[in-house]
Amino acid sequence: MGIKVYGPAASTNVARVLVCLEEVGAEYELVPVDMPSGEHKRPEHLARNPFGQVPAFQDGDMMLSESRAIAKYILRKGGSQLLRECNLSESAIVDVWLEVEAAQFSSAMSPIIFQCFVIPIVMGGKPDMKVVEENLEKLKKALEVYEARLSKFKYLAGEFVSLADISHFPTAHYLLGSPHASAIDAYPHVKAWIADIMARPSVKKVRELMKMASA
Amino acid sequence: MAPVKVFGPAMSTNVTRVLVCLEEVGAEYEVVHLDYQAKEHKSPPFGQIPAFQDGDVVLFESRAIARYVLRKYKSADADLLREGNLKEVAMVDVWTEVEAHQYYPAISPVVYECLINPIMRGVPTNQKAVDEALEKFRKVLDIYEARLSKSTYLAGDFLSFADLNHFTYTYYFMATPHAAVFDSYPHVKGWWERIMSRPYVKKLAANMLIKAP
Repeated sequence: MGIKVYGPAASTNVARVLVCLEEVGAEYELVPVDMPSGEHKRPEHLARNPFGQVPAFQDGDMMLSESRAIAKYILRKGGSQLLRECNLSESAIVDVWLEVEAAQFSSAMSPIIFQCFVIPIVMGGKPDMKVVEENLEKLKKALEVYEARLSKFKYLAGEFVSLADISHFPTAHYLLGSPHASAIDAYPHVKAWIADIMARPSVKKVRELMKMASA
Repeated sequence: MAPVKVFGPAMSTNVTRVLVCLEEVGAEYEVVHLDYQAKEHKSPPFGQIPAFQDGDVVLFESRAIARYVLRKYKSADADLLREGNLKEVAMVDVWTEVEAHQYYPAISPVVYECLINPIMRGVPTNQKAVDEALEKFRKVLDIYEARLSKSTYLAGDFLSFADLNHFTYTYYFMATPHAAVFDSYPHVKGWWERIMSRPYVKKLAANMLIKAP
């Protein structure tokens, strides 16, 4: 039994896992989970992810949840250098910016993605612009810090690309596809860094999967 | 080795997250108190606590700092990350993420509303927020109960970083009027009692007092 990823590619958390599989060149099967019909809350999926979320990930007899944990597992197993676990100080900086990605970048982007994509496309409703504006303000404060960091270093953890950078791509993908993409124009180093990540073959491939899933 | 430095008030939840790990590995450390109210804590990029220094290495984000500490001071007696075993480290990572994304969002509103707001900020408890959080928290505890019926600790039959991450907020939760919630979850309660019996808990608890400024 090989690797299976359960969930739609359009989900930022599923995409985070897929890009790591692509980075290490692993073979895997992407198994759809029909979220609009509530499949992720039904017993078969709950047996894979008890919190009723996506992704769930299976490798042999091991079942994992939580995209950043899965990402690390995949990269370690594949012998990737994207975690820098051989170097105490480098791995620490990778960890720092992975935490920042979750706590500052994705936490501001998730409500924006929900309002600008999920509500109109999946639920046929109207975005709450107040929520969007509040979170754009949070995002911009975070981007100021990213701009300062990326003015000093090519990537977040230093001169080497790491999971910290790549972990941002799924939410950045939606930012670029939203009416608010121009928010990054004020942050030229951030803009260039995003472009650099998006140029990675692994990222290009998963972005295609994300677009197909949203169609 | 010079003692490492942790910057922030000793009672802060995220400072304690780091201190628990320093205690587990028996590292020498110094807590440099930052006055949260005076906004001295604005120096790390996001202006948050804790910050951490070990020689040239300067870090922020408590979970990243904690991982650094657990890696640096890893020994035969203290391997809380299990990075030498692919499956074990994956389970440690999963339950560390679960604490951050499932446990913490459900438990923290109860701690903030019942302790931090009334005692430190003079803001009355929002009971509706507490009730909503408790409902979410019970659903999370259902899942923890199922997990801890199968293994002694979250990642397996070994204490790990995943368990330690739960210490601070659970400790404070037990000081709220809702501690009895855990009585319905015997395996979770047993797990918590095992964590509370770690030798350094009394020492850390002495500084974990939520009091009026």
